[in-house]
Amino acid sequence: MTAQAERELETETETMTVREAVRQALREELERDEDVYIMGEDVGLFGGVLEVTSGLYDEFGGERVRDTPISEAGFMGAATGAAATGTRPVVELMFSDFAGVSMEQIMNQMAKMRYMFGGKAEMPVTVRTTEGGGMGAASQHSGTIHTWMAHFPGLMAVAPGTAASAKGLTKAAIRSDDPVFVFENKMIYEQEGAVPTDDEFTIPLGEAAIEREGEDVTVVATQRLVGESLQTAESLAEAGVEAEVIDPRSLYPLDTETIVESVRKTGRLIVADESPLSYGTHAEIVARVQEEAFFSLDAPIQRVGTPDTHMPFSTPLEQEVLPDGDDVREAIERVT
Amino acid sequence: MGGLDIETEEGRREALRRMLTIRAFDSEAGDRFADGEIPGFVHLYIGEEAVGVGTCASLEDEDYIASTHRGHGHCIAKGLDPKYMMAELYGKAEGYCNGKGGSMHIADVDAGMLGANGIVGAGPPLATGAALSIDYQDRDQVAVGFLGDGAVAQGQVHEAMNLAATWDLPAIFVIENNHYGEGTPVEEQHNVDNLSDTAQAYDIPGLTVDGMDVTAVAEAVGEARARARAGDGPSLIEAETYRYRGHYEGDEEPYRDEDEIERWKARDPIDSFKERLIDRGELTAEEFDELEHEIEAEIEAAVEYAQSAEPPAPHEAYEDMFAETPPEIERFATAARTDGGERIEDSRSTSDRSRSEGGERR
Ligand SMILES: Cc1ncc(C[n+]2csc(CCOP(=O)(O)OP(=O)(O)O)c2C)c(N)n1
Ligand SMILES: [Mg+2]
Repeated sequence: MTAQAERELETETETMTVREAVRQALREELERDEDVYIMGEDVGLFGGVLEVTSGLYDEFGGERVRDTPISEAGFMGAATGAAATGTRPVVELMFSDFAGVSMEQIMNQMAKMRYMFGGKAEMPVTVRTTEGGGMGAASQHSGTIHTWMAHFPGLMAVAPGTAASAKGLTKAAIRSDDPVFVFENKMIYEQEGAVPTDDEFTIPLGEAAIEREGEDVTVVATQRLVGESLQTAESLAEAGVEAEVIDPRSLYPLDTETIVESVRKTGRLIVADESPLSYGTHAEIVARVQEEAFFSLDAPIQRVGTPDTHMPFSTPLEQEVLPDGDDVREAIERVT
Repeated sequence: MGGLDIETEEGRREALRRMLTIRAFDSEAGDRFADGEIPGFVHLYIGEEAVGVGTCASLEDEDYIASTHRGHGHCIAKGLDPKYMMAELYGKAEGYCNGKGGSMHIADVDAGMLGANGIVGAGPPLATGAALSIDYQDRDQVAVGFLGDGAVAQGQVHEAMNLAATWDLPAIFVIENNHYGEGTPVEEQHNVDNLSDTAQAYDIPGLTVDGMDVTAVAEAVGEARARARAGDGPSLIEAETYRYRGHYEGDEEPYRDEDEIERWKARDPIDSFKERLIDRGELTAEEFDELEHEIEAEIEAAVEYAQSAEPPAPHEAYEDMFAETPPEIERFATAARTDGGERIEDSRSTSDRSRSEGGERR
């Protein structure tokens, strides 16, 4: 389904930021299901360092919007144990880089329990976390790590690029009985968009959105690069190149079909994702496309991502390594 | 710079100077951050000066410290130059980390400063590691791991203490209990009354001292150092202190009130130490003012230096990932260099423009 069609279905919308969209999703799910609760560092009175949970503590109280000690390994494990025993925790991991501290519980417990136990454990846990450079937050607060989780068997991963998908994916993640990581790019919290207000609105995991239709080249872009690719596409349209921009929204499961269909039409593919270039999200999308649409390709596939460095602090260095809409334009120009 | 003898008049004067330097540096850093000149996050040490200065007063130059996100004070106490520190905060090439680290990762390994740290609780294991090197090579040094009260909740902190205790390593763990981890009060993060009580789990000395009193901190660390050097293993010291500013600059501080801040300010580590020195006849009010002006001028000069220093060239983004840069990264560096320092737009492509077969279809 195209994003356009989706929007037509959901007639009632409200303009809000990505931050507000995530917050609305959390609020609606807390209201809908008593077993849902939030936990993380300073998510309560403080409202979360990037202010996503702001106000929820006042509405729902400290039992349901729980401040944890600074113990990522402990509370990630507690969320795993809690999910296996009948409640539905929504964890905020303040910065995705802190997954390092909690990785054991994620990879050996959360991801494996259902399978190892022969299907006899539920794992309805959601982990929201922030990713990305652009804030001068340096190497330990700017990583884009979604490839780790998308790669690891037993975990699902979504990465919204618009306010609507931020809401719909967050709600779908919370309702899922599987562990789902929601990767929020911290540079788009202020980005606005039309968001369906229906509290039953969700975006099923594994459905991409065609954000812009075009005949000449397919751009699969994630997170911040969705908006930047759309802008690039508009400017290229003036020069006669029509780019189709697809936001996969869900990284695992990935909507291969929508992407492949598009490449069959355009014959060209650019994959734009902020994660490091080597062994990553780009490679997975490229592999799937060539498996199914190799003979439709008219040009080499191009990747736009972060070179294999950490995020440097200094602004000119950070700008140097961060991929952006200009990089997408250059990539398109190379193949059209 | 590093150790000083707080038992001597000269040593006490130096301790005062360092505390004043930290306060001036961080006041200026806060103002420059507010002006938008310093990017990222800054966590200021104002109010906690006695802990860093007291600790480093009892260390030797060769000793190591592993710091926290609130690291400016530790740097100055260990003898780092405010000029290159400020340049790092500004992201300049002359900074301690060539602009790659910023406030949260400022480091000078040669000076024994193993880095501020963006990961809460990551310093103590590094200190245990430095203590392991020291022990392994029989060197006459110790390693200090600083951590906040909030960091005491991290598993790796406890693993590091247990390891150091089990191997009798020459480590000292210094908890800076400023009573909050971000916006969460210490009581809501821990069930013990004194964070130093956790030492009992590792059968090492655990001591709580007045972190607003530089001599009390210096004394405790001095004893811990002697113990470590005697081969008797690590110690845990909790210094009770308070941060006057928000968790980071820009924090609206909904979690505490002005009264509480004023109560702690009444025990200001610099004012109280100054009074003591004046009472002892070691310092006059005029001398103090002079010292303060001198330091303010030094910090202003550091800011001017940082402001006018050169930013790193774009290609430097691709340096320092490895001892030997692999081709995957080198190609980006080459592209950035040949572009004369300007960013080169196709640098992120993985396929060579000449190999592109695009064009014929349209
Ligand atoms: C592993 C990890 N978790 C969370 C954070 C975010 N964070 C940065 S400072 C901080 C509070 C630390 O409190 P404390 O240890 O008491 O040090 P203080 O800031 O009071 O000096 C938190 C939660 C982080 N940087 N690293
Ligand atoms: Mg603290």
